[in-house]
Amino acid sequence: MGFYWSFLTVLLLLGITAPCALGFGFLGAMAARSKFFVFSLFGHAYIAIVRGVPEIAFFMFFVIALDQFLEWSRHKILCPDWSEPIRQGNDFVVCQAAKLPLSSAPQWIHESYGFTLAVFTFAIVFGAFSANVLFGAMRAVPYAQQETAYAYGMTSSQVFWRITVPQMWVYALPGLGNLWMVLIKATPLLFLLGVEDIVYWARELGGSKTARFTDYPHPDWRMWYFLALLVFYLMFTRVSEVVLDRLMKRLTHGQATAAGEAQRRAEA
Amino acid sequence: MKSIVLGTTALVLSATFAMAAGHSVVRMGTEGAYPPYNFIDDNGEVAGFERELGDELCARAELKCEWVTNEWDSIIPNLLSGNYDTIIAGMSVTAERMEVIDFSEQYTLPDASAYATLSGFSGDLSGAVVAAQSSTIQASYIASSGATLLEFATPEETIAAVRSGEADAVLADKAYLEPIVVESSDMSFSGDDVYIGGGIGMGFRKSDAELREKFSAAIQEMKADGTLNVLIGEWLPTSGQF
Amino acid sequence: MSCWDIIADYGLRSIGIGERLLPRNEFTLCHQFTLIGSGMIWNIYFGVLALLSGFFFATLLALGKMSTNPIFRRSAEWTIFIFRGSPLFIQFFFAYFLFLSLKQSFPIFSPFTSAWIGALVVLFLNTSAYTGEIFYGALQSIPKGDIEAADAYGLTGMKRFRRITWPTMLRLAWPAYTNEAIFLFHATTLVFFSGFPTTRQRGDALYYANYFADKTFNPFVPYPILAGYFIVLTLIVIGLYGLVNKRLNRHLPTSDRGKIKLRMNIIR
Repeated sequence: MGFYWSFLTVLLLLGITAPCALGFGFLGAMAARSKFFVFSLFGHAYIAIVRGVPEIAFFMFFVIALDQFLEWSRHKILCPDWSEPIRQGNDFVVCQAAKLPLSSAPQWIHESYGFTLAVFTFAIVFGAFSANVLFGAMRAVPYAQQETAYAYGMTSSQVFWRITVPQMWVYALPGLGNLWMVLIKATPLLFLLGVEDIVYWARELGGSKTARFTDYPHPDWRMWYFLALLVFYLMFTRVSEVVLDRLMKRLTHGQATAAGEAQRRAEA
Repeated sequence: MKSIVLGTTALVLSATFAMAAGHSVVRMGTEGAYPPYNFIDDNGEVAGFERELGDELCARAELKCEWVTNEWDSIIPNLLSGNYDTIIAGMSVTAERMEVIDFSEQYTLPDASAYATLSGFSGDLSGAVVAAQSSTIQASYIASSGATLLEFATPEETIAAVRSGEADAVLADKAYLEPIVVESSDMSFSGDDVYIGGGIGMGFRKSDAELREKFSAAIQEMKADGTLNVLIGEWLPTSGQF
Repeated sequence: MSCWDIIADYGLRSIGIGERLLPRNEFTLCHQFTLIGSGMIWNIYFGVLALLSGFFFATLLALGKMSTNPIFRRSAEWTIFIFRGSPLFIQFFFAYFLFLSLKQSFPIFSPFTSAWIGALVVLFLNTSAYTGEIFYGALQSIPKGDIEAADAYGLTGMKRFRRITWPTMLRLAWPAYTNEAIFLFHATTLVFFSGFPTTRQRGDALYYANYFADKTFNPFVPYPILAGYFIVLTLIVIGLYGLVNKRLNRHLPTSDRGKIKLRMNIIR
């Protein structure tokens, strides 16, 4: 059963992560564009560092770090009277009330918490990628358009929200589309984050079973389970390609500027 | 108004301390991929020797327990980080691990590790290619011996490697290999058993001495009245009894 | 023991030169930096060789996809679709199984089950597919005028391809290709992690980072070191590709020479 549910888990993860990553990306791109030096530095650093590191390396320590950070902050707020140190040697000890989730919480809460952490981690990584795409897209909006807007007396935030943002999507879509494809293919790494995803179940169910511990003994069947995964991913990619193609046609329709057309060609 | 707020704070605080004193639910971390110690059964539940042992121990210590699975590679960091309260995953007591976590009273005698090979194998194991799961005591044992170590992420793959001829032998806990060797005609044990680690114990955070004591006491109780031996006899026929 | 001694002992450990055993009790920062750095040799080996060989095959794939001959076109399309549409993780899994069974009937395949060649083949095909798609996009957007001009000068066939089509294609594809190179290097971390077994503890950077995390039970030191190495590697790749980009664009007036914009087009 878990095997079938895990497909839903993966789809759910994709469904939640994509908008979150887009949000992070938008913030990152805005920060990178900012005229205020600290923000701009922060934005560029976020993009450069997270993009420069392989996702696995990031996943290996980030989730634990995030979990500890959350518990640490809750500990500081919820248990101000706690006198023992949080780091006792290698142990990370916070008061029971600061535990996330509370250790008395039922298992499904623990699982959804783990899932939320996974979504957040994915969103941070892919947020950096999409920040990069959006940053490029914002710059690709013809400058003359913004100059005209300024000439009409718009403030820079008005220009940003009314001129740049609505127009950037058509430039960003090819990059974002590819990002979506990459995100799909990054989901097998979910099991690193402690989520029981399709790879976990394929390994678990496909692995050979001896008759002593199961009613359905079988030899090593991982090959067939992985084949099912392969087909799943190929089909999913194909469907995404078709949908993105349609979306692109929709968006470019009416954006008949020569620059937009050329940009579309270059990115296609 | 102020006094009401203070009152609630005091209430929350006292509740906090009450909870900090004892675990309301003990989360038991295991791997779920190492039969007969622990594995996922047909219903998707954790099962095996350690499941039965753990449930019995919790009943004796009057604790409410819950089972959690975690990848072997990160099983200790996640304990330290407090994602569960104890490791019960066929983990041998070693000096290296003792530096970071504490172990309960051991609940098996030092378990033999054994080499399994294809049935016709007649070579010299000391110079052979031997497969083992990464970051196990068996892997570091082979690395320091003369044999060539071939590391895989899961125990499943180590067996597959012997079948495919990638490795001459696999070194793993004898209790893990035994059902596989018995049921398959193409594999058999070779060479002498080796004793690498200590017995198996439950792992705890060093700061959690209280919980450790509770479980150690329960294990001692089970040793004393012979119920532990019954469990060992049932699940781990190749292991020694107390 | 000074750090120099450690570097002498372990600097080339990943290719089997130096100490036979990995450190057992000492896990100083110097040990970690040295061994993880030593593992980078493998990441660079896989990355560089796959990129060099993949470059040529990618050109063939792109031409195949442009071809009017349905056999060439179909096979190129399918190769690109399968390798771009499925996670690398699963590709490694299948490749390992495939090589195992091939080995049984054809002894010539026996080295292919070890990572140094087996994983290289997978990475080679994978990067070829991604790069092929990038090149295909670039071929499609070559200005019509360039080809017409070449025709007018009497350039045809191979000569036209070599002098006009191919350089223009490279020029257009280069920014996206730079991204592909970065992500290929990141993908090399998957080789020992999920695909191929590690022999005699000779692994890549992630393998050693994992080793230290396992021995010290502290993921917060080795993985950031690994991340640091990869950021440096990424900067080097960007620098080298930037040089090539400059050369490819040297004939253009300065204002038209697009600086290499790291917009993410097609990544893994």
